[in-house]
Amino acid sequence: MRPRPLPSGTDLPVLLPAADRLARRAAEERRLALPRVTLDARWGAAILVTVLLSAAAAQAQSAPGQESVLATIWKWTPLVGQGFLLNIAISVVAMTCGTLLGVLLGLAQISLLAPVRAGSWFLTQFFRNAPWLVLLFYCIFMLPYRVTIAGEVIEIPNWLRATLGLTLPVMANVSEIVRGAVQSLAKGQWEAAESLAFSRGQTLRMVILPQCLKRMLPPWMNLYAILIMSTPLASIVGVEEAMTLARGALNAERRGDLLIPVYGLLLLAFFVYCYPIARATRWLERRAQVRI
Amino acid sequence: MELIAEFFRDLRATTGLNFTIFYDPFDAARFWRAFLLTCELAALSVLLSVAIGIVGAFAQGSRIRPLAWLVNGYVAFFRNTPPLVQMYFFFFALGAITPTVPDDIGMEVPLVSNFAWALVALSLFAGAFNVEIFRSGIEAVPRSTIEATEALGYSRLGAYRHVVLPLAFRVCLPALNNNLVNLVKTTTLAYAIGVPEMLYVANQIWSDALNVTEMMNVLLLLYIALVSLLVWLMHCWERAMRMPGYGA
Repeated sequence: MRPRPLPSGTDLPVLLPAADRLARRAAEERRLALPRVTLDARWGAAILVTVLLSAAAAQAQSAPGQESVLATIWKWTPLVGQGFLLNIAISVVAMTCGTLLGVLLGLAQISLLAPVRAGSWFLTQFFRNAPWLVLLFYCIFMLPYRVTIAGEVIEIPNWLRATLGLTLPVMANVSEIVRGAVQSLAKGQWEAAESLAFSRGQTLRMVILPQCLKRMLPPWMNLYAILIMSTPLASIVGVEEAMTLARGALNAERRGDLLIPVYGLLLLAFFVYCYPIARATRWLERRAQVRI
Repeated sequence: MELIAEFFRDLRATTGLNFTIFYDPFDAARFWRAFLLTCELAALSVLLSVAIGIVGAFAQGSRIRPLAWLVNGYVAFFRNTPPLVQMYFFFFALGAITPTVPDDIGMEVPLVSNFAWALVALSLFAGAFNVEIFRSGIEAVPRSTIEATEALGYSRLGAYRHVVLPLAFRVCLPALNNNLVNLVKTTTLAYAIGVPEMLYVANQIWSDALNVTEMMNVLLLLYIALVSLLVWLMHCWERAMRMPGYGA
């Protein structure tokens, strides 16, 4: 049951609808264990202006014989761009695997068998409460860096292990999204399906999950936006993604004035990638609200 | 104490599981210090960020427009950038231009330590979210309540302190707690700028004693215990603060 600001039967007109909104948001965030990503186009413009201004300032201060700021940045763009592609690859793989595992775990959370329910609940809470960085370290250091399958030696690259480290929290969050969506459906849906002689599996597959899909999509996309913004964490454990490469480029150039333009551009890249996702999430949410 | 140390020394001899932090005094001391530092960092940043949230939300409603704009800009900046980038920005960009002072043996040390930078970065990061939360809490207080305070001769600050904030705080608490739990998880980022907190020291210990597996497990369990404890405490507090007649 969602808390109501003014339950019927009380005459306490203490708080305005904003209280209800806040309570709903808190409940939502608690379910997801993640804040909601809200991006503002004005903010993207502000980053762009900062980048341009700082680049112009760096250009104005550079010594006569020095390479121009634009040329320097352009020189490193392909390398850092490749790193950014790795960020995207990490996020896509982690999201795909995390979703598959998370859906299974989420369905286990609504199982009729108490031990399965308790076990999957524990697993979900465990990975939801662990800091992402610690899970990342865990996977980087604990997984073997090469495995031998039937005499064949397969190297597991650093980034793949980092991907697994990000898969675990994604899995736990997807699991909560699935459980929350299934439990948010009216009980009548289950009863109606039962009265039509659907089995439990059939009810889930044909009645419940199709309705849940629409509710799960916005939080799922929000999770993806948070995931892509968390991929720079992999630079701490030495994965050669955009952040690592940008730092390497700055070290190679030995120019302090490039610090703000380069990191600003990186920020802008993340912004440009996340913005459509955040917008679409908001749009889907608003559309769902109208339906209710 | 000696019994525990004996047990873990035994464990090492029999199974090879090397929990140095339980029997080696040096490792035990530094890990304990790191644990305390993590708790300190978490507690201080929680307090500071709540203070920022309360003051920021008050300033946002201020009649002085530039002040409100300043707070809006701050919230927008810190909400929309990854905390790791903020941490790097504070430590490398601002840390480079802060003055240094000579210490006891004449070495130049920065005026603001990396612990302080981590504290500032984390507090500002979480504080931005808190401003938002408190602002929506204040929005929930009806106009008529504020008019009543005016009729009773409260100043704007007085009304905020005695009437609006206590009401708003109870509305905010669940959202606030979510953010604070998130903040405690984010303290691990202090690792990136070399603050000797738990993750950092665990890293040092497993580099010295080559007991990565054991330390990793200890670390994971400790963090989960810490966060779970916090979640539970917050839950109790929320129940105690619940407004009668409001909420499920």
